[in-house]
Amino acid sequence: MLLPGMIWLFMFSIVPMFGIVMAFENFNPGAGIFHSRWVGLDNFKYMFQLNDSKTVIANTIIIAVGKLVFNLLIPLIFALLLNEVVNLRYKKLIQTVVYLPHFLSWVIMATIVIGIFGYNGVINTFIKTFGGQPKLFMADAGIFRQLLIGTDVWKEFGYNAVIFLAALTSINPNLYEAAAIDGANRWQSMLHITLPALSTTVVLLGVLSLGNVLNAGFDQVYNLYNPLVYSTGDIIDTWVYRLGLQNLQYSLATAAGLFKSVISFILIVISYNLAYRFADYTVF
Amino acid sequence: MIRNKNLGSRIFDIFNYIFLGFLMLTCFYPLWYTLCVSISNKAAANAGLVTFYPIGFSLVSYKEIIGDKLFFNSFWISIQRTVIGSAFSMFITVLMAYPLSKSKREFKARNIFMWILVFCMLFNGGLIPWYLTMQNYHLINTIWALILGGGVPIFNVILVMNFFRNLPKDLEEAAVVDGAGPWRILFQIFIPCSIPVLATVTLFIGVYHWNEFFNGLVLMNTSDRYPLQTYIQQLVVNIPTGTNLTPEQYKRLSELSNRTLNAAKVFIAMVPMLIVYPFLQKYFVTGIMLGAVKE
Repeated sequence: MLLPGMIWLFMFSIVPMFGIVMAFENFNPGAGIFHSRWVGLDNFKYMFQLNDSKTVIANTIIIAVGKLVFNLLIPLIFALLLNEVVNLRYKKLIQTVVYLPHFLSWVIMATIVIGIFGYNGVINTFIKTFGGQPKLFMADAGIFRQLLIGTDVWKEFGYNAVIFLAALTSINPNLYEAAAIDGANRWQSMLHITLPALSTTVVLLGVLSLGNVLNAGFDQVYNLYNPLVYSTGDIIDTWVYRLGLQNLQYSLATAAGLFKSVISFILIVISYNLAYRFADYTVF
Repeated sequence: MIRNKNLGSRIFDIFNYIFLGFLMLTCFYPLWYTLCVSISNKAAANAGLVTFYPIGFSLVSYKEIIGDKLFFNSFWISIQRTVIGSAFSMFITVLMAYPLSKSKREFKARNIFMWILVFCMLFNGGLIPWYLTMQNYHLINTIWALILGGGVPIFNVILVMNFFRNLPKDLEEAAVVDGAGPWRILFQIFIPCSIPVLATVTLFIGVYHWNEFFNGLVLMNTSDRYPLQTYIQQLVVNIPTGTNLTPEQYKRLSELSNRTLNAAKVFIAMVPMLIVYPFLQKYFVTGIMLGAVKE
């Protein structure tokens, strides 16, 4: 029964791994992988000499870390606030609506983000109504990272809060009653009961997302960026795409991709180990 | 729960309700905005006047779409891809999950296969080797590139496997005593017992296939082969990624588009999602739980 799956895995996941040798040769599509000239680590040396590579690595880490922090904090705060809502129908309604953006693709969300922040967008319409000069938000390298992090958090906070909400329901209600009898107010019971109960979940999610620090979100960046914001918005994945499939520098792109894969792999293994040690979490 | 009903607490409640309501509206806004633009007057939409309500109601853009062959073509490709792709992925996922859910005692090589799986999940050859592999298989420009490229998300295999493992052992033993083989056990006992998790995983895969644009962009050479998301991407958000672009040019590019027509297409692309959403919502909470917090 394993056979079909293993065949698929071999063909579409393991065979491409052999293509990694391209990173160590001067790949010539005409000659193919086996006859291209071997150049050792030259591609990597060349890659790190390029100014682009430094920008791209720095951007990737800054954007990903920003997303990591805010995608943990905002959903947590949202879950805590939602937990204070007593009216069940209202709570349900909010939940239903905030999950929605997660299921829309970045292609669709990008049209809306551009509709809001673009030159003829909603914000500029307001600026014009109040007599200001419209700004090119989408082409402003100074705010592009904030825009990426902000829109990502906006799209995902509802979905990311689900885990916290589930953890909240598993807290024993007797604890709150006991605290109320002892004279604790809402703020105190949140501080001393709710937050400690959620701390393991927060730590676990934080640790697990560490492994993703080189994934700053290709779909989002690709659909929102343009050459004017490369300096702050270009990430490893988009760079590899442009190098490889648009500029046809196969070897260089493979080297950059391999660099990312190896570091990511190490980070994920470390983060899974940490998760196992601190929260007893295992993948299988 | 006992609640203090003092003044501070009430004020907090009021603010909290308003604030959460506001958050909810921001999440609803994408849908509403797209709908508003799509049914507005062309000139008003292009000038960016539409913000919270439609201006100059007109259905012209929807009428225009009816005659748009390329749009329906890509819509149809997306539907095919989603249906066949989900069926394919689910079939393989279930077949893989069942043997892997056995203990090491029953299936000796289990851990070896498990390590291969996890390794493939965490490490990959990168974009270029993957692209060249697809090219070597002559999958470029065929719908199979999209279906097979989406393939078998290994994390789903692990989800289903973990669920299978938690099913009571006695069920299987009883079936074996009654003379059922592994295929029969899988299809007549395990699958019917795992409907919630299978539904979750199917929906996740379906959403992935519906929303995916990148494989369509890379693996299809001609625009009449694009799935819907790639089609929309090319139409609405594609900015030339050459090196020379001045802010002036960028501004002009953003003024060129036909906003109402594009918004109508985007809105139609959302509709299948909105139809599945109620079913999705019922299941995905369980799905996330299975993936994240295990007992």
